[in-house]
Order: sequence, then C-alpha cells, then structure tokens
Amino acid sequence: MADRRPVPFAAPAVWRSRGGTRRSTRTLRIAASAAVLVCVALAVLVVPPAVDLDQQAVDLPSKLLPPSAAHPFGTDDVGRDLLLRCVYGLRVSLVVGLVAALAATVIGTAVGAAAAALGGWTDRLLMRLVDTFSSVPHLLLGIFVVAMFRPGLWPVVVSVAVTHWLSTARIVRAEVLSLRSRPYIDAAVSGGAGRLRVAVRHLLPGVLPQAGLAAVLMVPHTMWHESALSFLGLGLPTHQASLGNLVQTARGSLLAGHWWPTLFPGLFLIVPTLAVAGLAGAWRERLNPRRRAELTL
Amino acid sequence: MARMAGRRVLLAVPVLLLVTFGVFAVAAASPFDPVTAYTGTAGLTASQENLDQIRANLGVDQPFTARWADWIAGALRGDLGDSAVLRMPVADAVAERLGWSVLLAAAAFALAVLLGTAFGVLAARRPGGPLDRCATAIAYTLEAAPAFWLGLLAIWLFSLQWGVLPAGGLTDTASDTVTAGQVARHLVLPAAVLGISQLPWFYLYVRQGVGDALDEDPVRGARARGLAERTVLLGHALRSGMLPMLTLIGSRVPELITGALLVETVFSWPGIAAATVQAATAVDFPLLAALTVLATAAVLLGNLLSDLLYGLADPRVGFDG
Repeated sequence: MADRRPVPFAAPAVWRSRGGTRRSTRTLRIAASAAVLVCVALAVLVVPPAVDLDQQAVDLPSKLLPPSAAHPFGTDDVGRDLLLRCVYGLRVSLVVGLVAALAATVIGTAVGAAAAALGGWTDRLLMRLVDTFSSVPHLLLGIFVVAMFRPGLWPVVVSVAVTHWLSTARIVRAEVLSLRSRPYIDAAVSGGAGRLRVAVRHLLPGVLPQAGLAAVLMVPHTMWHESALSFLGLGLPTHQASLGNLVQTARGSLLAGHWWPTLFPGLFLIVPTLAVAGLAGAWRERLNPRRRAELTL
Repeated sequence: MARMAGRRVLLAVPVLLLVTFGVFAVAAASPFDPVTAYTGTAGLTASQENLDQIRANLGVDQPFTARWADWIAGALRGDLGDSAVLRMPVADAVAERLGWSVLLAAAAFALAVLLGTAFGVLAARRPGGPLDRCATAIAYTLEAAPAFWLGLLAIWLFSLQWGVLPAGGLTDTASDTVTAGQVARHLVLPAAVLGISQLPWFYLYVRQGVGDALDEDPVRGARARGLAERTVLLGHALRSGMLPMLTLIGSRVPELITGALLVETVFSWPGIAAATVQAATAVDFPLLAALTVLATAAVLLGNLLSDLLYGLADPRVGFDG
C-alpha cells in the first residue's frame, strides 16, 4: 500500500496557504469571524433604536409566511416578522449572557485570587467548594435555582452566573500562584505593602487579561444556557423573548410543518458562537502555533 | 485498585452531603413555600389553623437543617418522599424511569464514540485535507448548535417531511404494551440527536490525539519497518491517541446529562431527565432534590470510572493517588 501521507516531520502543523495569490483560509476565517461579530454588534446596538418597526406587531392575515423579500426570515404564527424578532431576541440573549458572564467573572476572580493569595486552609476549602460545584451538571443546577426562585430575568442571570465562575476561579488561582513568586511582588512586600494592597494593586492587574479572555469566551456559553432555560420554559418571560423563547414558541408551528420559526433563532445562536470560537482559535494559534486548538467552545 | 476505588467512594460522601445541604439551603432561602404548593388554590380559602396543621404534617415548620437531616435519614432507608407531579413515591418514579434514561444515554454514547473515532482517525490521516476541513467545520457547528434545536429540526425532517420515524414518546399512541421493536423505533431519533450533540467533542479529541501520535517516533519506527498503513494507523497511532480520550470519557457525564435534559424533553422520552424538567416546572421539591443528587452521584461515578479506565489502559499509572 502506497504511503500517501507526507513524511511525518514535514506534516504541516498549522494550516497554511498553499502559496499563490489566494489568501489563506486562516486569514479568511479571522476576517469572517470579525465581520460576523461587527454585524451582531451593529444589529443589537443600532437596529432597535434606529429602525422604527414594532417587533410585537401582530399581523394575522400574513401569519406563517415562508421567507420572502418582504420578510427575509418569514413570519411566525401571529404574523410577526421573524428577522426583527430574532434581532430583538439576540439582543435579549446577548445582554443576559454578558451580564451573567461579567458576574461569573467577578465571582471567579474573587474566589480564585482569594484562594491563591491566602493559601493554606482557605485555599483548600475554596477549591473543594469549586470541585463540589463542578460535580453538579451546570444546566441541572441552573434549572434547580430557577425552579426555586421562579423563572424571571434575575433568577436566570444568577443561575447562569453561579454555574460559570468555576473555570475562571481555577484559571485565576493558577495565574496568581505563578505571579506570587515573581520578584516584583517580593519588592512590593519588602517595600511595606500590606496583603490587600499587594493583592489589589500588584496581583490583580496581572490576572485581568486572562480573566478578561475567559469572560469573552464565556459569553457564548452563558447565552447557550439562557436559551436552554428559556426553551424549557424556565427562563425569561415571553414579553422579554430571547432566542430560546423564540424556539420554544415555534414548537407549535414546527409540528404543523413550518420550519422557519425554529431554524432562524437557532442560527442566530450558532453563527455568533462560531465567530467567537474562530477568533479565539486564531488567538490561540498565535500564542502556540505548534498545537492546533482542540475544541475551544 | 479496589483500595483506590474505595477511597474515592469515601471521598464522594462529603461532596454528596454538601450538595444535598446546598439544595436544602437554596430551597430555604427561596420564596418557595411547600404548604402553598401542597394546598394549591384550596390554600387561599383555608383557615390559618389548617395551614399550620399542614405545615406541621409536612414537617416544614422545622428549620431546614432538621429537614435536611430527616431527608438524609430517609434516603438511607430508600425513602425519598413523594412526588406531587408524578403522584407516586420519588423512589418508585426513579426506579421506573432510570432504565429508559440509561438506554438512551448508552445508545447515544455508543454512537458518539464510534462515529467520533472513525471520523477522527480519517481526519487525522491527512490534516488540512478536504475530509478534515469538512468534518472539523461540521463538528464546530454541531458543538455550537443547541441540542433542543437539533432535535426539533430532526423531528421536522424525519417525522413530518419524510414520515419515517416517530416524533416522540416510547411507544405508539395506540399501543398499550411496550414491545422491543417499538422502543427501538422510538429510540432512533432521540439517541441520534443526543449522540450527534456529543459527537464533536469525541471527534476533535481523537483527531488531535491520533494526529499527535502520527508525528511521534513509534509511528515513524513502525513505518520504517514497512508496516501497512492500516496497521500503523489503527495499531499504533489510534492506540496511543485514544489514551487521553479514554480518561475523559467518564468526565463527559455532566454534558450527557445536560443533553439528556433537553433531548428527553423535546422527544417526550419517559426518562428521569424529562422528569427533572417536569419537577422544575411544577416546583416539585422532593423529586427535584432527589434527581439533582442522583445526577451528582452519576457525575462522581463517571469521574471514578475514568480514573479506573486510565489505570487499566496505561500500565504506567499507579493506583496510589
């Protein structure tokens, strides 16, 4: 059997352009990801104030129209334009996702920094707490919190935040532990800085880039969780329809054979997630080009 | 090995205790009131004495720590309380539904491991080739896609458009007996959707592991000895590339449970994950608490399993840890 594989040490570790004038797929991927995220930002920030259309406008004669020029994504079961509904839903999902990710990052950074900076028993106790939290499946813990506090905006944000701070806490702890032994910390301590000052002025700025990157990567996750909760009927109320609510309300139309109210909200969730993953993958390849990224979602 | 397993089981006990304690503490801090839930609309007109009597009967006039201790004592005797939404003891409900969930999860897991390994090896053979690019792009898209959305689209395509597979449930609606053939037909869609939602992770791990192994010296040595490509790929690269994945199989239990919560709900599969969602919607605390603890136990068991598998697969690993 002929060996069609190139000799191992010549095997390309990174996808490269095969020469010629075509741009490499990597550059294309980064450009496409960035373009998608810019579109998302524009859609979310500009459309609701600038476009004078009511996303709740019911138009029963034109209900469940398939995608057309007038309604690019079609209409739902009471004739609302799905493109507009999806943009508003993305806005709600994104806001909930951002707030939850921010809250989770703050909790995670505080716990991780406290564990590493205090050390000893505090460290062990906090890390056991992190282990305990991570042995409950996240969506289940979220469902439990929302069920007990009744579905609504804040219970959803809290339930997503309390399930997502764990990885940030681990990252920040490891980072602080490695920073602690640096000479500039010794210098600060011998200069008479107290514990709190060292932690806030010298350690925290060092971990913020890592925590920030983790927060950005967390946003697709938090949006996914919010959508799953909303889909199960345990998320946001229907007047604050998020992408998950849209899929949930589309179930009836789907069983009647209309696919578009289900398809498009899902795509609105998938495409930005892929864009974030694309940029994160490119960033990781830059930092460590030898190792192709595993799953970064 | 038995020693190590025993120690790990002992370490799981405080975690489970802490989780149950947390469950009761969250319930005590929440606005949820078991008496209102128990009485429903009748509670609006009932007298205060009656309500107090019910509160005492349910045992919820005690502080939550006492109720927690009661619950632990009951759980050790196999009594997990009564479920309001399913109208039966929680232990019976779990026993009745657990098997269906395990069947679904096992079928999905087998599908994900088999397909993930097959595509991973094929893609790792030629990194950057057309198959690798296509499969990886699809894997990322599937990983980003919510399982409930995939399930709904699968129902639309296979049940409504083509009419080849049932849209949900365990048996046909007209049937009053559970036959293996019917269950198998109803299992196909949920297991495929759950398996496909787990697939990307397996695929990417196998692809990475086999790709790395193909660049290492043992593989170069095997090639130099003139072994067939097939032997090199499956006998050498896959075997060492599978190792990291094997250890992580057990740690996929949380994702499997997350997927099952969504897939069982979409397909009305009568498993415990669907019951969890029902319990949450109806705020059925005894059922929800028991299922949360059960899921945690499953996760801990999965972690133990992956450690044991690692030890069995890699003789360099000792069992002292």
